[in-house]
Amino acid sequence: MAERDSKNNAGRQDKIWRKLGLKDFEYAMIVDQLGREPNPVELNMYSVMWSEHCSYKHSRSSLKLFPTESPRVVQGPGENAGVVDIGDGYAAVFKIESHNHPSAVEPYQGAATGVGGILRDIYTMGAQPIAFLNSLRFGPPDNDRGRYLLRGVVAGIGGYGNCVGIPTVGGEVYFEPCYRGNPLVNAMCVGVMPLERLVLGQACGEGNLVVLAGARTGRDGIHGVTFASEELSEQSEKDRPAVQVGDPFLGKLLIDATLEAVEKKLVQGVQDLGGAGLTCALTETASRAGTGLEIDLDKVPLREEGLEPFEILTSESQERMLFIVEPEHLSGLEDIFRHWQLPLTVLGRVTKGRLVRIFYRGEIVAEVPAESVAGGAPAYEPEGREPDYYRELSSFDPLSLPPLKDPGRVLLNLLSSPDIASKEWVWQQYDYMVRTCTLQGPGGDAAVIRLRESGKALAVAVDGSGRLTYLDPYLGGMLAVAEATRNVSCCGAEPIGITDCLNFGNPEKPAAFWQFRRAVEGMAEACRVLEVPVVGGNVSFYNEVEDEAIYPTPVVGAVGLLEDAGRHCGPGFKEEGDAICLLGPEEVSLGGSQLLKVVHGRVAGRPAGIDLGMEKKVQALLCRLVARGLVSSVHDLSEGGLAVSLAESCMAGGRGAVIELPLSTDPDLALFGEGPSRAILSLPEKNRDQVIEMAEEAGVELRVIGRVGGDALDICCGGGRFLKLRLDEMKKAFEEVFSWMMS
Amino acid sequence: MKFGVIVFPGSNCDLDAYHLVRDVLKRDVEYIGYDRRKLGNFDVVILPGGFTYGDYLRSGALAARTPVIEALAGFANSGGLVLGICNGFQVLTEAGLLPGALCRNDSLQFRCRQGYVRVETNTLAFTGKAKNGDVLKMPVAHGDGSYYAPPELLRDLDDNGQVVFRYVDRDGRISEAANPNGSTANIAGIANRRGNVVGLMPHPERAGERALGSVDGLVLFRSLIGHLQDREVAGNG
Repeated sequence: MAERDSKNNAGRQDKIWRKLGLKDFEYAMIVDQLGREPNPVELNMYSVMWSEHCSYKHSRSSLKLFPTESPRVVQGPGENAGVVDIGDGYAAVFKIESHNHPSAVEPYQGAATGVGGILRDIYTMGAQPIAFLNSLRFGPPDNDRGRYLLRGVVAGIGGYGNCVGIPTVGGEVYFEPCYRGNPLVNAMCVGVMPLERLVLGQACGEGNLVVLAGARTGRDGIHGVTFASEELSEQSEKDRPAVQVGDPFLGKLLIDATLEAVEKKLVQGVQDLGGAGLTCALTETASRAGTGLEIDLDKVPLREEGLEPFEILTSESQERMLFIVEPEHLSGLEDIFRHWQLPLTVLGRVTKGRLVRIFYRGEIVAEVPAESVAGGAPAYEPEGREPDYYRELSSFDPLSLPPLKDPGRVLLNLLSSPDIASKEWVWQQYDYMVRTCTLQGPGGDAAVIRLRESGKALAVAVDGSGRLTYLDPYLGGMLAVAEATRNVSCCGAEPIGITDCLNFGNPEKPAAFWQFRRAVEGMAEACRVLEVPVVGGNVSFYNEVEDEAIYPTPVVGAVGLLEDAGRHCGPGFKEEGDAICLLGPEEVSLGGSQLLKVVHGRVAGRPAGIDLGMEKKVQALLCRLVARGLVSSVHDLSEGGLAVSLAESCMAGGRGAVIELPLSTDPDLALFGEGPSRAILSLPEKNRDQVIEMAEEAGVELRVIGRVGGDALDICCGGGRFLKLRLDEMKKAFEEVFSWMMS
Repeated sequence: MKFGVIVFPGSNCDLDAYHLVRDVLKRDVEYIGYDRRKLGNFDVVILPGGFTYGDYLRSGALAARTPVIEALAGFANSGGLVLGICNGFQVLTEAGLLPGALCRNDSLQFRCRQGYVRVETNTLAFTGKAKNGDVLKMPVAHGDGSYYAPPELLRDLDDNGQVVFRYVDRDGRISEAANPNGSTANIAGIANRRGNVVGLMPHPERAGERALGSVDGLVLFRSLIGHLQDREVAGNG
C-alpha cells in the first residue's frame, strides 16, 4: 500500500524528498507512519532524522552484534554517551564521534565543532569532562593541500579544547593516500561524575517546561547531517555553509552552567543540540520518554531575522542545550544562566500523547509522532560482497623479498616516517595538562588521568588500523579492540569499556558493506572474548571521493581503570641494568607492516592473526605486573615491530639498550615483523624470577632479550651485529622530521 | 592568611590554582566572582589561566573591563599581593596593572610544553624563598605569550629589578630554543614597580606535585606564605 501511495504522489510533489536525501521507498514509509503526506516542514524533519548520520539505517542491524553489557555498565548505547561504574559512587562517561565530512571542506571549524559536539555529549549526561582524545587520518603530508588540512584540523582541535579547559591527552595520526580527499577526524571525550547525578535525554513529566539555552540559532549547519550522509565530491566545497561554526567560549560557559544546574537538581532531562539540531533534540527526548511536546518556534532566539520554520528546526548552530525543567525550578535555572550571561528561553511544554507539535506564528506548522521521526527509519540489510582485491593482496608473501641490507638505515627510515615519527608537532598545540590531573600525557601507549575524588585513575587510548582492516576486515576489527585495550593495560589499567567510531565507505556498495560487516563481526568477537562492552559510538559512512573509498577504518577508544593512581607505568626505560623482556607470542608477519609500506611501498600480505584468548591473558598479566610494581616500563609492540618499540622505549627514557636475539631467528622478521598481544618490559634484576614465574603461571611466553644501558640501541642476532644506532641519531630521525615537513 | 582566585567567564585554570592552595599547601582559598565590586578580605589574589571571554578582541582585554578589576586595582594600590598566571598575566597587562604587552607566539601556534625559568630577582614577596639564578621546571601552555616591552621600558624593568623570570634551558642558560614564544629578552614574568603585582606566562600551579612532573612551582607560593607569616609576626611584635 505504501508503495502505491508513493507512486501516486511522485508526480505531484516532484519528488522533493529526493533532494532531501530520502529514497522513494522511505518517503512511502513516512506517509504510511504519518497516515498522510508530510507537509514541507515535516518532510525536512524526517529527512534529517532519517539520514544515515542520525538513523544508522545501514548499520543498526550489524551494531546489534556488539556486547553492550557488563556488571559495570550503567548506560550502554542509545543515550548521548555510555556510562560505566568505576566504584566509590562514581562513573566514567565517554564517547567518540566523527566529524570527517565537515573537516574535509573546512578543517578548522570542522574539527573544532567535532570537539565541541563530543564535549556536549558528555556533560549532557551530567559528567564533568576530564579529557579529550582524537584519531586522525590524512593523505601524505607531501603537498600543500594535505598540510593545509592537517594544520587546520590540529589548530581547530586545539582552538576548541584549549579554550574550554579540558586537556587533550592523547590520540593518533596516520597517513595514507586513500585519506587524501577525505580525512578522518574522530574526537573522543571522557568525563567523570557521581553516579547519582546521572541525567538522561528524556522529556519526562507532563507539564514540564522545554527550555532552550545557549547560543542563538542561525543558518549554519542546515542539513549538515544530510551532507554527512553523502559521498564527498568536487562539489563539496559549495557545502561549506553546511559546516557549523564553533564558539568555544560559549561552550565553556555552557558546561559550567549546565553542570551547576545538574548538581543543584534543577533539570529533569538534558539533551544537547548537535546533528539535526532542534528536530533531533525534540523528537529524541520525547521518543525516549514516550511523551509529546508543544513547542513555540517564535520563542527560539535567532541570530538573524527571516529564518523559515524548517531552518529553525534543522539548523545545527553550535553551543545550544535543551533542558526539561519542572516549572518551580525555572527561576533557579534562570539565576545560573544569568550569572554566566547566557540566553535561556522557555519554548514549550511536555504533553501527554506522543506527538511533537510545532507552532509558528500561531499556526501548527508540524505535527509528528516523535517515535516515527526519531526511530521510524528503516533498517537496511545491504548486500555485502568480498571485493576482488582481497584475495589478490593476501596472496602476496613478504618473505619473498630479499633480506635487508642495512637494518640500521631501515630503522631510521621507519622512525622518520610520518606514521611512526614523534607527533609532538601535533600535541604541543594541545593543552594536555590543564586541570592538573594528567599523570601521563601524549606520546605513550595510553594517557593516564588521576581522579582526585578517589585516588584512582583512568587510562585512555584510541586505536585502529585502516591498513590492516583493508587487508583483512575481520582481523582488523579484532585488532582495533585488542590494541586499544592492550594500550590501557600497558599502563596497568583494567579495560572497562570501549566506544567505537566506524569510518567506512558507501554502504550501498557491496564491497564497502562487506568490509563494514566483517570488521564489526571481528570487533564484536574481540569484545566478547576480552569481556569489554561497547557502551556507545558512531558510524560514519560515505567516506568516499569520486568513487574512491578510504580504507575501512574502525577506531576504538578504550577506557581502563587503575585502582591506584600512584601505580601506573610508561614506555620509557628507566634504570640502567634493568632486564628487557619480550612478552607475548612469537608469531609475527611482515604482511601489512610498516616495513612493507615504508621500505617497499606496498600494502599487501596477510597480517599476523590474533589469538584472543592469549590477548586476554597478556592484558591481565600486564595489569598485575604494574599493580605489584614489578616492572619499570611497559611498551606495546605495534607499528614497526620490536625494533621500533625498542627505539621508542630508549628515546622515551633517554637510555640505550643491548639486545641479543638467538641465532635461530630471521632477524628481519623478528625485528620488523608485527603481531598482536605483545609488549616489551624492563624490570629490575631482583624481580626477574618472580616475573618469569608469573608469566609461566599465566601461560604467557616471556623471553629475556637484553639489558638497559649505554647510549645506543645495540641489537645482535646469533652473535652477529644486526644494527647499532646512537640515541641522538634515532632522536633526530624521530623528532625533527615532522616539524621540518610542516614548515 | 587567605588566598582568592578570580573566576572570569572563560577562566579555566581556576580549579588548578584553587586545588594547589587548598590541597597541596593546605591554606584557605576562595573563588572570587568576576562581577564582584568589592574583593573582601584576602592576602593574595590569583588571576588564573584560561581564555577569558574567549580571548576575543585581545587576550585578557575584555576581562580587564569587568567589575572585579576595579576592586583589584584598589587592592593592588594598597599593597595587596596579586599573582597573574598565563591569561591572568594578560589580564593584568590589559588592566594596566603591569607594563608591556603579550603578543602572539612567534610560532603563531599554541605551545604546551615543559620548560625552565630562571629566578632573576629574589627580593620580592613572590620569590623570597628562591635564590637568584635558581632554575625552576614549569610548563607553559599559551598562544599569546610573547612578552613585548619597548626599549625604554625594558631598561626600566632591568634597572628596577622588575624582571622576575626568564626562559632558560635546563642548565640556566638563556637561549632561543628555551624561549617558547619569542618574548623580548626571554622574559617569562615581571613585577610592577612596587613589587606586589607579578605576572608570568608559565604555570607554577601545574608544577606543585611530583606526580605532575615538577614541584618547582611551589617556591612561589611558599615565598608568599613565608612573606605573609613574617608580616604577621612583625605586626604582632
